[in-house]
Order: sequence, then C-alpha cells, then structure tokens
Amino acid sequence: MMRPAIIGIFLLMALPAVAMQPEERLNDSVLETRARTISREIRCLVCQNQSIDDSDADLARDLRRIIRERLTAGDTDAAVKDFLVARYGDFVLLRPPFRASTLFLWLIPFAILVCGGLSFWVMSRRTINPLASLTPEEQRRLEILTKDGS
Amino acid sequence: MITEIGHFALILAFVVAVAQSGLGFVGAAKHHNGAMASSIMAAVVQFILLLGAFFVLMRAYIVSDFSVINVFANSHTAKPLLYKIAGVWGNHEGSMLLWVVILALFGAAVATFGKSLPAPLKSRVVAVHGTLGALFLIFILIASNPFLRQSPVPENGQDLNPLLQDPGLAFHPPLLYLGYVGLSTTFAFALAALIDGKVDAAWARWVRPWTLAAWICLTTGIALGSWWAYYELGWGGFWFWDPVENASLMPWLAATALLHSAIVAEKRDALKGWTVLLALLAFSFSLLGTFLVRSGVLTSVHAFATDPTRGIFILAILLVVIGGAFSFYAVRAPNLRGGGLFAPISREGALVLNNLLISVLAVTVLVGTLYPLFIDALSAAKISVGPPYFLSVTLPLAVPLIILMGLGPLMPWKRADLAGVAGRLKFAGLATIAVALGLGLYMRLPLLPILGFVFATWLASAVVTDLVQRSYRPGNSIGATLLKALSLPRATWGMALAHGGLAICLAGIAGAGLQTEVLTRLAPGQEFLLDGRRLVFEGVTSVAGPNYTAQRGQFRWIDSAGKTKGLLTPEKRQYPVAKTATTEAAIRSDVLGDTYVVLGEPDSAGAWSIRAYRNPLAPWIWGGALIMAAGGLLSLSDRRWRIGAPRKVSIPATAKIG
Amino acid sequence: MRWLYFIPVMIFLAVAGIAGYFLLSGENPQALPSTLIDQNVPATDLALLGDPSRLTATSFATGKITLVNFFASWCLPCRAEHPQLMSLSKQQDVSLTGIAWKDKTEDAQSFLQELGNPFSRVALDTSGRTGIDWGVYGVPETFIIDGMGKIRYRHVGPIMPQDMERIQAVLRKLQP
Repeated sequence: MMRPAIIGIFLLMALPAVAMQPEERLNDSVLETRARTISREIRCLVCQNQSIDDSDADLARDLRRIIRERLTAGDTDAAVKDFLVARYGDFVLLRPPFRASTLFLWLIPFAILVCGGLSFWVMSRRTINPLASLTPEEQRRLEILTKDGS
Repeated sequence: MITEIGHFALILAFVVAVAQSGLGFVGAAKHHNGAMASSIMAAVVQFILLLGAFFVLMRAYIVSDFSVINVFANSHTAKPLLYKIAGVWGNHEGSMLLWVVILALFGAAVATFGKSLPAPLKSRVVAVHGTLGALFLIFILIASNPFLRQSPVPENGQDLNPLLQDPGLAFHPPLLYLGYVGLSTTFAFALAALIDGKVDAAWARWVRPWTLAAWICLTTGIALGSWWAYYELGWGGFWFWDPVENASLMPWLAATALLHSAIVAEKRDALKGWTVLLALLAFSFSLLGTFLVRSGVLTSVHAFATDPTRGIFILAILLVVIGGAFSFYAVRAPNLRGGGLFAPISREGALVLNNLLISVLAVTVLVGTLYPLFIDALSAAKISVGPPYFLSVTLPLAVPLIILMGLGPLMPWKRADLAGVAGRLKFAGLATIAVALGLGLYMRLPLLPILGFVFATWLASAVVTDLVQRSYRPGNSIGATLLKALSLPRATWGMALAHGGLAICLAGIAGAGLQTEVLTRLAPGQEFLLDGRRLVFEGVTSVAGPNYTAQRGQFRWIDSAGKTKGLLTPEKRQYPVAKTATTEAAIRSDVLGDTYVVLGEPDSAGAWSIRAYRNPLAPWIWGGALIMAAGGLLSLSDRRWRIGAPRKVSIPATAKIG
Repeated sequence: MRWLYFIPVMIFLAVAGIAGYFLLSGENPQALPSTLIDQNVPATDLALLGDPSRLTATSFATGKITLVNFFASWCLPCRAEHPQLMSLSKQQDVSLTGIAWKDKTEDAQSFLQELGNPFSRVALDTSGRTGIDWGVYGVPETFIIDGMGKIRYRHVGPIMPQDMERIQAVLRKLQP
C-alpha cells in the first residue's frame, strides 16, 4: 500500500516547472515547427498521459530542449525520435511504432470492418432469399398450404 | 451516531438488494404475483436506504465531521460549501456510494415508472438491479466503506485536490454516473429478455427510453468533462484519448449504436441478437471503466489513488456480471429467431451499416486503450498508445459514418432507391462542395479542418433537407411549411437536433484545428496581437481566495481605436493545505471562438511569460453536444415512447375467427 | 455458427485474465523497463565530489560490481531508501557510486552529510543530461553494473526493505 504512495510522491517531485516558455523556442521557425510537431508525439514520462509539449514537468522541459539541440545539430525527425527511444523505449512515443508486436493494433480496425462487412453481406443475402433457407420438408408444406388456398 | 445510521443503512440496503434479486427472479419464473410485487417494492426501499446513506455522508462533509476518515482525507474547513458537497463524490469511496445510489435510483425508476411493462419482465429487470446492487454493496462494505471512523478526531482535514474544486468538475461525476450506471437498466432489460427467451418489438420499444435517458446523461457528462479539461488544464486541448476518457466514450458509442439498432429490432423484428448484445456491452463498458479508474493497471489523469486489492475485488465482480451475462448470451441468443426482411439498400440497411461502423469504432478504442496492457503481459515491453494512434484510426471510420448519417434518415424503409435518395440530397451535396471549394481554394485552410467543415456542412444540410421534405407540400406557403415543420413529431425533431448537434460539434472540432498560438514574454504595459486582436498586458497583482492565494494577471482587449472590449484575468493559484498549485486560464467566449490566455512565469526583470490562444469555434464543440442531449430529451418526451407498446391480451376462444 | 456467439465471452475472459495477471503479480504498471539492460554503460563524463578526476564509462569496467544510484537532495523518497543504501555500502561484493541528478553541489553535499554517505564516489549531473542518457526519468533510480561495465539491472523508485531481497539476488547472480 505504501509503495504506490511513495511512487506517487516520486512522480510529483518532478513537477515544479511550467509548460513551454517563449525562450525555449528556436530562432529558425522551420526547425521550431518540427520541434513542436515531434514534441506532440513524445510522452511525458512523469505525467499522467500528456505530451512533453503540453506538460509542466521538469523532465518534459529537458526533453524539449534535447529535441531542439538535436534538430539544430542536423538530425532528421526520425533520428530525433530514435535518440529518445534508445534511452526510454517505445513507451516514450505516443504513436505506437509499426512493428510485428503492434501489427494487431494497427490492423484490427480494418480487420473488424472487413469481417463485419462480410457478415452484413452474408446476412443480407439470406434475408433476400428466405425461400432458400427452408428445408425440403418445409418447402413441401408450403406448397400444400398455398395449393389449399387457391 | 448519525454516521452509524448511514453505515447501518448500507448493510440494510445490501439485505434488501439480495431480497429484491431473489424475489424478482423466483417470482417471475413461477409467476408468483406476491413475490414479484415485493421485489418491485424492494427496489424502492433500497433506493431510499441508499439515498439516506448518501445524505448522511454529505452531512458529515458539510459539518466537517473529521471523525469520519473519508471526510478527513478529502475535505477541509476552509473549503467553500459547494466543494465540500462535491467532495462527497470526489474520492473513491464516496463515488462508489454515488454509484450504487444511482444504480438503485434506476431500479426504483423502473419499479415506479415502468407501468406498461409486463410483470415478469419488470421484476426480472428489478432483480438484475438488485443483484448488481448487492455485489457492489458487498464491495463497498468490505473494501471501500466511506463510513469508517477514527479517533482521536483531527483538527482539520487534508483538503481536496484543488483541481477538483471547480464548478464544472463538481457536477461531472454525478452526470456521468447517471449515464454510466443508467445503462445498467438497459443491461437488465437485455438479461431479462434472454431469460424470458423472447425479444420482440415490444421489448425493443421498452428498452429505448431507458437507454435514451442514460445516453442523454452520458453525452452531457462527457461534454462537461471535456469542457472542464479545456479550461482547467491550460493548453486548450479538450480530448486526450486518456484511458478513462475512452472508458466513457465506449459505453456512449455502444448506447448510440443500441438506440439505432433497437429501431430495426422494433420495426422489422430483425437484429435481435445484435441489439441484446449491444445492451449487454454498453453496461459492460461502463463496468470496465469503473475497473480501470480504480485498479491502477493503466496510467491515466483520472485514476484515483490505486489499490490492487480493490482492483481484484472489482475484477471479481466483473467476472461474475460480465462473464455471466456474456455466457448466458452465448447459450440463449442463438434461439432468438429473426423475422423481418429488408433490402440491403434501405433505411434498415443504413442502420445496420451505422451499427457496424460505430461498433468498429468502439472496438478500436477498446483495443487501443488495452493494448499497452496486452503487450506488457505478453512480452514485458512497454508501448504507448496515444492520441496520434486514435486519431489515425477513428477519422477514417468517422467519414463514412457521417456520410451515412446524412443519407439514412432520407431513405425509405424496406427498400430504397439510392439514386432517388441522392437526388433528394442535391442541395446538401452542393452546399458541401461549395464549402469544400471555398475553404480550400479561397481561404486556403489546412486539409483536416477543411474535411471537418465539409462533413459538418453535409450533415447539417442533410438534416435540414430531411426536415424540409417532411414539412413541405408543393403549393404551400413558407408559413404553412413552417407550421407543418413545428407540428412534426417530437421524435423527428429529436433526431434532427441530435444529428444537427453532432454537425455543430464537428464544426467546432474542425475549428479547433485552426488554433493560433502566441508564446511571448511581456513586461506590464506591453501589448501583443492575437489573431488580429490587440491585448495589452497590464501587470500582475496578488489576490486571496477562500483557501488559496493567487497571482492574477490582467489583460485588456482593445479595438483599433483603443476602446476596451473586454478584460481577461488568468491566475496562478497556490493551495497551502494541499500544497499544490493550479493555473487558471482566462477564457473569453464569443460565437466564433474563444480567446484563451494563460499566465506563465516571471523572469528576474518582472516580465511574465504568456501563452495565448485563439480557438475558433471552440464553444460549438460543447454547444453541439448540448444540442445533441437536448435532441435526446425531446425524443424522450415524445408520448409514443412513454405509452409504449400495448401489453398482449389473450383473446377468449369464442372470439377467434372460425 | 453457434460458436460465434461465444466470441464476446472469450474476448472478455482474455481481457480479464490479463488484468488479473497484472493485479496479482504486484508489478507496478507505471515502472518502465530500461532499454540499456545488457549494454555497456552509456558515454559519461561527470565531475566528482572531492576528487579532481572524472566519472567516465570506462571507470565501471573494474571487475567489481557497481551499484549506481541517481539521487537528489530535493527528492523525498531518496531519504526513504537511504538506510538500505547504507547497509549495501557495508557489503564487500559491491561498490556504490552516487550521481546527484539536477542538484546543486552544496545541496548534494549537505544531503550526504546529514544522512551519511554510502557512496565510494559521488558524481554531479547538475544539468541532468547524463541521467537522460541513462534513461533516467526521475529520482531515485538504481542501476547494477557488472564487472565488465554492462548494465544488468535497473530499479525504479526507492529501494525499500522488501526490495532488498531482489537486489541481493541480482548481486549474487552477477558475482564473477
């Protein structure tokens, strides 16, 4: 019971600072735009579900600074993300990477749509053709009944 | 002493819930009128007992009775009265109590207002409520008792998290719970139908008003939560695909799908198994949400202080309730024989497709939310599934859904001629193309907002087209047409408002994509330009609130002539007892958007960093959601739902046609 | 076709099973695994407290096991774990290195003076950049490095008495 509380405090300790300050911005607006875009896809590791662009945490500010340093040094967007992933793992990316382990994640919406669509199609075929779903016994009875009526 | 009464009321409510459940199920099975009537009465008694217990807890908060551990942990004498009251449900134990109170409320509502329901169905519904109530009451009594006392009694409390001391957030949980827990009635109806072995048009008609009531509350609750996040968390975002937000979206999606598929079940006696499954799913998603918030398995802004034993207890309840319900479904549902026929291209077909798309959306959100857990269990790898994923997969699904929403209401039942329908939507199509061209070529907006506006226009014009076509007769004047429109059934207007509200909400979301941001550092007296508006920074003063001190900045919005058009006062607050700080944004809303200013940090020279945003059409997001809820209310008030389908009466043998 | 109706309950049981596994294993779902396990210590160059030489990556390949503890004077849980670190410092099989993360030199010094110094050497990572290179996202964090300079284990959060068993097991496993 203590451990979650202590870890909670441990996380809170990292919180005193503030969100993005004007001085953090790079002078080069192209690089700065790239930095903001990348930051929005990097998770703040000491927050509950925020990107480092939105976060007030100290660590978020450090990571924002590192991203800008690496961009200024000439890294591509992918290289900057790889730099962070090498240190913190895939968890730091808010967009899950497209990999064998995440194949299911990315394909599942499409797969369900296809399966659902197929079942809808199959079901609609059956409702159009009610006669086809009668057993031979039932078909004979139907004939007898309809003959009776005439 | 009074606290003990509250505690006793909980225990008594548990006993009543068990009785309610037993009497209801057995009475319905054996057609024992006395047992069934008793279970109905028990539902009302259970609600009164739990409401009493809730008021006892509320009283403890209001008088700041710190001998009650729950009050001590979550309140303080300096807190304003409204937040003392809101503190009742701002913590785990209190919110669980609110949960069971609302569960009992819906059970009692069925008991009282379900006059047209046949007795066996009614008592089974009430019995399911009783079972659910009993399960959660054991949990509360054993693992989450809000009435535990302590001695000696401390001087003062530990205060509520200041983030929760907010009018929006004070009402967000009760509304949301009315929605979440309200779906328990839908769930109960589905189980009752499976036990009965019969799902017919009457059942579909009975289940709708209850689902609609829960849906209205859920829509409003989610909108309120989103609005709160927007103005409180300081960066103008309003939806983060946080696991607990997703946990409220999934039941909403399931309930929306259910409302639509119940129409087909009623009209065509088809999609019965599917409708029952949705009814079970909606509440299952609610339960899943309860589990996620309180067990700590997922990282979320919403999580209460987590405790694994609670998580295991709740998981056990889920296994019994959801596992039991789905197993029962697997065994009984194949016996529900479908009846009606309809062509794939028809209003029924459109509703089926609508259900398919909404279900894929719901499952996608579910998979995305639970995937990190899944991967962690299988391979101990940690991955994040954040907003970029959810946006990438939900947007492509939303597109066909919105197109369909425009077409569906104009399609006739049983068989539709697509070309004819398209023809009737000429105007909507033209409006859509005009907007696309205008925004794209003339205003040169980025792609995603254009798509948002285009689809919002499509949906809005389709709604208007539908209303016009139902009201206009060739040769009538505009006045006569308007009169006819106003006399359309409330359910029709309800649908128009619901779909139209979504269009407005969509336009608002598209507008949010056009946000402009200004990040700057200013000394008092300096001004800046935000999207063409002049804002002058007039400095920062210290102010004191009831339980906080704050730095308040003042910004004057002036027009080109220098005349004041408004004042914005963002704050940074410190709460001494809770030892936390919050940032309060200043927001000025007008019909076309929000001006949003946040105060940052001062530097050594006394200049402050400032973040300012212009969020075009932001109020439309929540305005649209409220209009959707209003549409639901209008539909609910339609007498056709309240009267319900007539009960079947047996015809005496002599009256049969020979 | 009847089996199709069992799909919802199957999916639910799978989800419940995974959730139950997590709850019962007592794992902290918020602790991140280190990406540097079984890899060499990342490039490091830090000033040492009371020593003109510097802490570099090569100084870990000494043949002896090193326990590296990232701490800070402003970190409350670091105080909670201090007794455990003091007891580890008395063991012969491991040497302790402390890294003061995002801390002022004087504050780190007074912290150690107040509570006792379990470390055979203390490095200063004032900017926190080295911590980021090690994948540190908060303090305290503890790394166990084998005699060849490879990171073999990371503990996130304070080392509480109930964690000591695990730490000792790792140390025993790494003995040359």
